[in-house]
Amino acid sequence: MLRSRGEVINPLVFFALVITLFPIGISPDPDLLQRIAPGLLWVAALLAALLSLDSLFRGDFDDGSLEQLLLAPQPLAALALAKVAVHWLLTGLPLSLMAPVLGVMLSLPAGSYGVLALSLALGSATLSLIGAIGAALTVGLARGGVLLSLLVLPLYIPVLIFGAGAVQAAIMGDGAGAHLAILGALLATSLALAPWAVAAALRISLNG
Amino acid sequence: MWAFIHKLGSPKWFYAISARLEPWFWALAAVLIVAGTVWGLAFAPADYQQGNSFRIIYIHVPAAFLAQSVFISMAAAGLVFMVWKIKIADMAAKVMAPFGAAMTFVALFSGAVWGVPTWGTWWMWDARLTSMLILLFLYLGVIALRGAFASRDGGARAASVLAMVGVINIPIIKYSVDWWYTLHQPATFSVTSRPAMPVDMWLPLLVMVLGFYSFFIALTLMRTRSEILRREFRKRWVRELFQEAR
Repeated sequence: MLRSRGEVINPLVFFALVITLFPIGISPDPDLLQRIAPGLLWVAALLAALLSLDSLFRGDFDDGSLEQLLLAPQPLAALALAKVAVHWLLTGLPLSLMAPVLGVMLSLPAGSYGVLALSLALGSATLSLIGAIGAALTVGLARGGVLLSLLVLPLYIPVLIFGAGAVQAAIMGDGAGAHLAILGALLATSLALAPWAVAAALRISLNG
Repeated sequence: MWAFIHKLGSPKWFYAISARLEPWFWALAAVLIVAGTVWGLAFAPADYQQGNSFRIIYIHVPAAFLAQSVFISMAAAGLVFMVWKIKIADMAAKVMAPFGAAMTFVALFSGAVWGVPTWGTWWMWDARLTSMLILLFLYLGVIALRGAFASRDGGARAASVLAMVGVINIPIIKYSVDWWYTLHQPATFSVTSRPAMPVDMWLPLLVMVLGFYSFFIALTLMRTRSEILRREFRKRWVRELFQEAR
């Protein structure tokens, strides 16, 4: 993914652009924006992460290196996990570091930036893992992009609930610990299971 | 027992055995659904709060039950197909998906109709409603993914993986009622509080639920059999079957 810089920058630009649209489209009123900011930031970050998913295996599929990965002596699940980790480092992590800046623009209260970044960092790792299953299932299809969002978005919803819930709780002053803990649990579960599903899906996509 | 299960995996045997079972399930479904409908709509007492509008429950709850159980059965069939490469399991999974999607839609639609007299709104972003909507999207995803593959085997295995991944979402969906952060939690009719209902109210409901399940089994058997004929039409036993009939 590093070979094409645009794919790293694009989700970040998309994230900033979508967030810019909301104050223009809904209302620039700071009170209203503050109220809807957690959900807006999370939905926009989720869509930005989704945008980058299609390219996760696409390049390797097109130039044949995905087949080499399948033939490699290392277990395919481990290789898939490495690809997902790279994907997260290049999209999820930058997105979560950028979110507080956009939070300032949506007049999010000062105390919640840490929780926002942390919830996005934890949550986006889960999103990358789940999304990789969808990306692996659709990589062999000519027009997999729209189908990918249909497959992956329903599975994203629990992450969205607890991610936005964490920021909401931080704003209310309830303490976001419980929400962050569940995000961590979702991450641990998908970390344990998703690489196997990705490996199975890659085998299906390549063998017909 | 194991020999019987092994035989079920063969399309020919399954075709023959399900041909014998199918009429019984159709009859059972017809009797139970007709009895449950008449009992529920005409004889069950009206609810003291909701009047007659509560009678939607006799459609709504069986459909919602099936919506979830069909997804679980579909994922189980997918697992059987992936692990033991039993073709019948995939055929069953394939024919279950549209039925599950339809049941999810029926549950959503009847819930919306029920919502108007009780909550005063067609739609509420309540955890149960939202999670059923997600379930509908999951079904549509499984159907779309199977259709997107050029090869039947590829589509079958991809749909199996997606169904198995998606089934993890069902407990999450189920417990989202407790996790959702919305302040408005409308009183949903809870099936776990069955003793709170009078017997002559929930007994027709039980009959309807059993009727819907029999309908599901009968329909799955029927559509799996036609799927067998579609896929195996070149096999000798299918040809012989139709030569006999002619």
